[in-house]
Parts: sequence; structure tokens; C-alpha cells
Amino acid sequence: MRERYEVVIGLEVHVQLTTKTKIFCGCSTAYGGRPNSHTCPVCLGMPGTLPVLNRQVVEDAIKAGLATHCSIAPRSIFARKNYFYPDLPPGYQISQLELPICEGGHLDIETEGRGERRIGITRIHMEADAGKLLHSSEAGVGSLVDLNRASTPLLEVVSEPDMRSSDEAIAYLKQLHQIVRYLNICSGNMEEGAFRCDANVSVRPFGQQALGTRAELKNINSFRFIKEGIEYEVERQIELIEDGGTVVQETRLFDSDTGTTRSMRGKEEAHDYRYFPDPDLVPMVVDADWIGRVKEQLPELPAEKLQRFMEEFELPEAVAQVLTAERPLADYFEACTRLHPDPRTCANWVMGDVQRMLNETGLAIDKIPISAPMLCGILERIADNTISGKLGKQVFDLMWESGKDADTIIEEQGLKQVSDTGAIEAMVEEVIRANPEQAEEFSSGKDKLLGFFVGQVMRASRGKANPAMVNELLCKKLRDQ
Amino acid sequence: MELTDLTIHEMVRQLRGGELSAVALTEACLKRIGATDTHINAFITVCREEALAAARQADDRLAQARQIQQDAPMLTGIPVALKDLFVTAEIRTTCASKMLADFIPPYEGAVVRKLKEQGAVIVGKLNMDEFAMGSSSESSAYGAVRNPWDLGRVSGGSSGGSAACVAARQVPASLGTDTGGSIRQPASHCGVVGLKPTYGRVSRSGVVPLASSLDQVGPLTRNVRDCAIMLQAIAGYDPADSTSVNTPVPDYLAGLEEGVAGKKIGMPQEYFNSELDPEVKRAVEKVVETYRNLGAEVVEMSLPHSKYAVSCCYLLSAAEASSNMARYDGVRFGTRVDPGKGLVEMYTATRSQGFGAEVKRRIMFGTLALSSDYYDAYYVKAQKVRTLIREDFTAAFSEVDYILTPATPASAFALGDKNADPLLMYQSDVFTVAANLAGICGLSLPCGSSSAGLPIGVQLLGRPFDEAGLLRIAYAYEQTETWHKAKPEL
Repeated sequence: MRERYEVVIGLEVHVQLTTKTKIFCGCSTAYGGRPNSHTCPVCLGMPGTLPVLNRQVVEDAIKAGLATHCSIAPRSIFARKNYFYPDLPPGYQISQLELPICEGGHLDIETEGRGERRIGITRIHMEADAGKLLHSSEAGVGSLVDLNRASTPLLEVVSEPDMRSSDEAIAYLKQLHQIVRYLNICSGNMEEGAFRCDANVSVRPFGQQALGTRAELKNINSFRFIKEGIEYEVERQIELIEDGGTVVQETRLFDSDTGTTRSMRGKEEAHDYRYFPDPDLVPMVVDADWIGRVKEQLPELPAEKLQRFMEEFELPEAVAQVLTAERPLADYFEACTRLHPDPRTCANWVMGDVQRMLNETGLAIDKIPISAPMLCGILERIADNTISGKLGKQVFDLMWESGKDADTIIEEQGLKQVSDTGAIEAMVEEVIRANPEQAEEFSSGKDKLLGFFVGQVMRASRGKANPAMVNELLCKKLRDQ
Repeated sequence: MELTDLTIHEMVRQLRGGELSAVALTEACLKRIGATDTHINAFITVCREEALAAARQADDRLAQARQIQQDAPMLTGIPVALKDLFVTAEIRTTCASKMLADFIPPYEGAVVRKLKEQGAVIVGKLNMDEFAMGSSSESSAYGAVRNPWDLGRVSGGSSGGSAACVAARQVPASLGTDTGGSIRQPASHCGVVGLKPTYGRVSRSGVVPLASSLDQVGPLTRNVRDCAIMLQAIAGYDPADSTSVNTPVPDYLAGLEEGVAGKKIGMPQEYFNSELDPEVKRAVEKVVETYRNLGAEVVEMSLPHSKYAVSCCYLLSAAEASSNMARYDGVRFGTRVDPGKGLVEMYTATRSQGFGAEVKRRIMFGTLALSSDYYDAYYVKAQKVRTLIREDFTAAFSEVDYILTPATPASAFALGDKNADPLLMYQSDVFTVAANLAGICGLSLPCGSSSAGLPIGVQLLGRPFDEAGLLRIAYAYEQTETWHKAKPEL
């Protein structure tokens, strides 16, 4: 029966901007801090205070709009969304309703079975975040209000109901997440709520034009939970319809403990937000010049970078995808390619040892103790045969701990490759002498034993003998005898 | 003559010359307030100690300036009082509401800061209609303001205390706010000069709003020259108020005496209808005669959408106010009434007990006007009417330089007279509301006295940012009469 239903998903994503100050006052937007320490009369909603728009917020919104193919409104207005809640100091949220700053964009996603799909972006608008309530179980304490987050700038990115599965929703979200991180306008930290999502989910029989009644899933803070929430909701709705019931329009909360959703409020209890243009703020005018300047500042976006990496560095798509997943990693890789002639070697190291150590230590790429020039120091010593590739990995681990450069480590640890023909010859002869039986077998055609001899010589040199020379000399000596 | 009878202009001269000390002047004002305010109730808070400290500082500043043979800033040592919706740091700011009975703000806005920088001595906070909602200053939680000319009558409102304190010579100047006539109407009822500048001319930061798109701060004084001095001190762009306009502030005193010869003044026929009190009509017609004699051309004209102005203004101001009032929820500041049964109950109890009847009426009215079912029929339509009214004035000002109307339909009414009928009360702003909708500047000044001995005012309206011109023609008229010199007996 599941197969008879088409799933329809639209997403509203709240993107918390990384501006230094709040959207309508000069308070810090830093996460955490003593409760209510990042507040002032304006963001506390004290009488007689007025909002003044943070210009950076507008720029960030324009960036997001341009990166998602939206048109930027030459004139847009802020509106008040009125409702009472203790985390909302003025009793209204300053947001945008009519004339948002961005409209009519899209993202293209790869889907399973439907090829590349274009997901429409209805609008992107700017708004102020609310504060937080802390509910104490302690007697007499009740609920406490922390307004540090109040008035932190948000972008709300509203999609068209164009997604047809939880996987498509995740693909869209991940791409949007990647873009706002690339634009450097959002930390992307979902645990801190810097990137959060409401999902509108409905089902309808295939072929039906009209949308089914939707449920809105609120504020889910991880990709996994979004997927689980949508999937639970789809099953719930189909089951309901199959059992002869009807889906009601409502807001539902996802419970990550049980993987289920439950009703938060119905349509009847929905607020009438009494939106109207905020008379404390003037219409915001964005001229072509300004848009042009922002456009010039736009970084290369993930899709373009992926394409370029594949062409310029001749990397397979899968590799390029890993390297471009996050801008700092891509930048790191590119810095290496500028210092080292072989991009594939750089790619192998970045995807190999660099990623391994980042994963093991939980560090972010921008906190990596081995800079691109330091890594390339190792690659260079491998290329010029000072050390073997295998010892290179050892140098890498030592470098991570000590922060010393490659040459210092090679020197201190005595890792320098032995390329002295005489020394290697002596070792080769010693090994052949010590293993006469194997030498005999080799002579009688057992070529596979070469590996045994190489291993013996390398052990004798404690890994430092130049493997190519060892090979060459062994072959020569074994055949000569 | 007492010190409190001096005009600001005269005070400035004597203070700068060292003939008068700021402390003596402030003490004289405090004494006058002490002697008269039990009758008038113009003040909610008198800041005796703060005022005397500021006066001592002003005297130091004046002395220093004299020493280096320079002028101290114009307002140095001048006592002023503020409508109690100007947020004042460390001084209680009530908005005449129980909701803010104990609210002592930790901050203040541009206008108060400018006054202080200029050396003005703030002697107290003035009574008003609760949150500026009213036209009689009777909706105050601190009792009604009484008209100094007749204690049985209203002072007008909402800046009733601001008008009454100047008329009673408690202070030479005050500040009020005007959303639909709240400076000009009480000025008219109390026989003083009241100016509502162009929207955006004076910062609204630190001014508790009634309706953000209509409110404007302005001075009330005993004469036009003093009004110009006060406007000079408070006008100007403020980056903290996005709606303030960054246009240069002219010297309002420089051209004050240039006269009205050659100016064209329009009389909108809609303002001279049958509902106009005959005594007021006669007084205003005499002003017209004076202007003609002074060389101005006075013509009849029309503002066709005038009859919609009151409904339009009340609807929009209630809509904005309903939202502006939302922050008084008992959570962070002000009054909290918590029955201990939960959040909604706390909100309900706080707002039920904190707000008076008129405030509640407007919150309900404004909430309805913004609700999704009525938004188009009320709010959107009112915005369209506002555009039409604004266009009326744009068209009018392409024909005439100034517009002359009565300030109010009648002189001050008796206390309690209109309390039972809010619509009747709203109609007392019929001649003043349009200027707020259009955002233009307007001024009312004394032009007569009724048979009962009550002041009558005339209203002059000017083009946006032509406060200088408006003051000039007001000054020209003022030179021909003595109404502004009349002093109520107290």
C-alpha cells in the first residue's frame, strides 16, 4: 500500500548568521555566556527602544540569495509577527512577510531513481531569533528566561513542496548546509541550533494533483532526526488514510527518544500573528551596485569547486566530492597543490592520513597542527627519495605531535634513506650470505623469493634503505652468483 | 515680575550675563510647582535634587563660559519638564500608567541626552493620558490634569501636563509628543505655543511610543521664539532611530523676523464647517484678517479627504499601539501580577490590572484591526486612506505655502464631559490628526479667548521640514497680539 502514495515534503530552514552583533542592536551573538549577559535595552524590549538594522545581515541574506539563484528584492520590508511568549521580549518577532529580500531560487539535488531534481526555493527572509526558557524543577524557581540569543539574526529559507522522499529532503538540506558554510555566514552547528529545520510533510495517491493535508514537524536538530521524523510521519499518515481516517493540519513535535511525532497544536489553536509592516523600520532598499559588490565577494560555491577540482586536478568525482565537502578542507588541499606538483598525491594524503588524524582527534580542519606547507615538506622528501613513503607516514604522525618540520624530524630520528650504493651493496651481500638456501632456490627460478630478500635488507637497514636500489642490487647480486 | 514669568529668551540673556543664576531660577520653578501643582496636577514626578544638582552644574558652566568670553550652550540653566513617556535614566518613567508605576529605566534616548548636553535643567516628569491614549489627560493613573485657566476643565491631551505646566508658569518650556494632535490640542486649550515637527525631524529613541508611524516629539512654550529655541535643541538625525531623517537642521532663530509678506496661506473649507464653535470661528477669522494686513495672501482651498482623517488615524494608531503595548507582559520590567497559576494567568492579571480602560479599548480595537479576518478591511484600507490624505496635502502645498485652521473645534471642555463617549473624545482631534497622517509639521498658538475666559488656538501647517517657515509666520502673527502674554490666575 505504501507504493500507492506519493510523499510531498517542503522545508523551512532557519539559518543562524555568524554576524558579530545582533540583528537590531550591538550586543554580541556569541553562543553561551552567562544568562542575559549579551543583552541591552533594545534586545530586552525595554520601553522606548528602537531597532536599527545590522547591515551585515542584509549582506549575508543577499549572499544566500545569490548562491541559491534567488532574485534580490530592490525594496523589502520588515514586518512584526505578534505573539506573546516570555522568550520574545517585545511581544513580536521582527521578520518579513510581504516583500522578503530573496525570492524564486532553487537548488539541484541528486536523487535516487529520479535523477537530478530541481528543488524550488520560494523565499529567503531575515528575522530575529527568540531567547530561551530554562525550566527548573527546583521548588520556587519556576522557569527562567535567558535572552542572550534574543535578536540573533536568522535567515529563514523556505522551499517549495518539491521533495518526494526523506532522502531527497536530506540531500537538499545537506546542500543548503554546505552552501551557508561555504558562504561563511553560518556555523552550521546543528546541536547549537545554528541550522534547524521545520518539515511540512503530506502524502497523496500517485496521480493526484491536489496536495494532501500537511503536518508541520518543528525544530528538528540533526539530519538523522529529520529523516526519522519524516519517515515516521509518512508511515503515520498513510496508515491513518488506509484505516479510513483523515490527516488533520497540525504542528507536530518529533521525539528523538522514541523516533515518533506527537501533536503540539492543531489548526484551531494556530496563532493569528497579526503581521503588519514594522513602523520602526524603514523599507530596505538594495540597489544593483550593492548586489554587484556582494556578488564579487562570493566565494566559489561547492558545485563549481567540484567541477573545477575534477577538471583541473583530474580527480575522480568521488574524490573531488570528499575534498570539496567543506571549504576549509578544499582550501587545505588546494594549498598543497600549489606547493606540490602532483595533485593526486596531495589528494591521497589529505583524504588518507589528514582525514584519519582529524577523525581520531576530533579536530576541525582549520585547527589542524600540520599546515599545508608542513605536509608538503613530507611529500617533497618522499619525492626526492630522502625517505620512503612508509617512513613518510611515520614522519606525519611525529609531526602531528611535535609540530616540528619534516627535515627536523628526519634528522632527529635518523630516518634519512640510505642511497649509498656501497652501504646497500654490503647489506645485500650480507643477507645473501646468511641465506644460502633461499639464494639457491631463487637461482633455480623461484622469483617470488625476491620479496623475502627485500624484506631482509630493509629490516637490516631499519627501513631506511632506498627500496628501489635494494631491489636493483638484489636482482643483480642474486643473478650474478 | 517673577522669575518664572520670564521667557526662555530673557532667561538665556540674564543667565549668560550673570544677572541670574540657574539655581535661583530652578528654585523659583520648584517653588511655583509646589505652590500650584496641587491644583493642576501637571507633574507625576518632581526631580528636586537632580534639578538643583544640574542647576549648580549649569552655573559652573555659565561662569566658565563668561571667563573665556564665550556663550554657554543656549539651554544652560533653563528649567524644562518632560512628558512622562520620555525615558529618563535613573528617574522613574511611568507613562501615567500603573503598569510602569515603579519603572526606573537604566537608559535614555537622544532627545533627553541633547537637552542635558545643552545644559537644560530637567525639573520633572509630566502627567499625561495613560500611554498617550487620550485627548484630555484624564486617563492618567495619577489623576487628571486640570486646566490652569479653569480648574474644572481639562487641559487637553495627551500632553496635558506639558501644556498646563507652561501655561501655569511652572517651567518656561516642556516637551510633549503628538500622535494625532497631542501637542497642538492641549497647547490650544491651555493658551501656549505647541509645535509638532515633521515626522523624522526629532528622534523618537527613548520615547515610549503610542503609534510609531505617527508619533513625533515637539516643544511647548509660551511664545514662538522660545519654541524655536527648543526645537533647535532637539531637532536632528539620530542613527538610533531609523525613521529619523538625515536632513540638515537650519537655524530656526535666524529668519524668525522675516515676516509673511508675499506668502500664500490656504484655509481648507472642510475645517470651517457648522460644527465649529462660533467663538473659535470668529477668533480664527481675525487671525486671517491679521495675516492679510501683514501682506500675506489668504485663499480658500480644499483638503477633500479630511472627513476620513479621524477614523483613519485612530485605526492605524490603535493597530500599532496594540503591538507596541505587547511588551508590557510582567516578565522583565514594570508591574507583575502573578496569581501563581501559570503563564497565561500572569499575563492576564498583569495586563488587566496594569492597564486602564482606554488602553485596553485601543489594544482590543487594534488587535481586531490587525487580525487576519479584518486586516484588509481595516488596516489596509486605512493605509490607502492615509495615502489619499497625504496626497491632499502634497497637492495643497503646490498651491499654498501654509495652511491655517482652527486648532480645536471648541475651547477646553469640562472634566468628565466626554469620558462616557470615546468617539466624542476622538473627535476633539478632528483638526489635528491629518498632519500626523501626512507627516507634515504643524503648530498651534494662542489667538483668542472665549467668553468663559478660556484660550482659543489657531493651527498653522507647513510643508515637510519647513519648521523654520512655520515659526516665521507664527512669529509674525504673535507680534500683533498679546494673547500669549495672558497669565492664568492661580
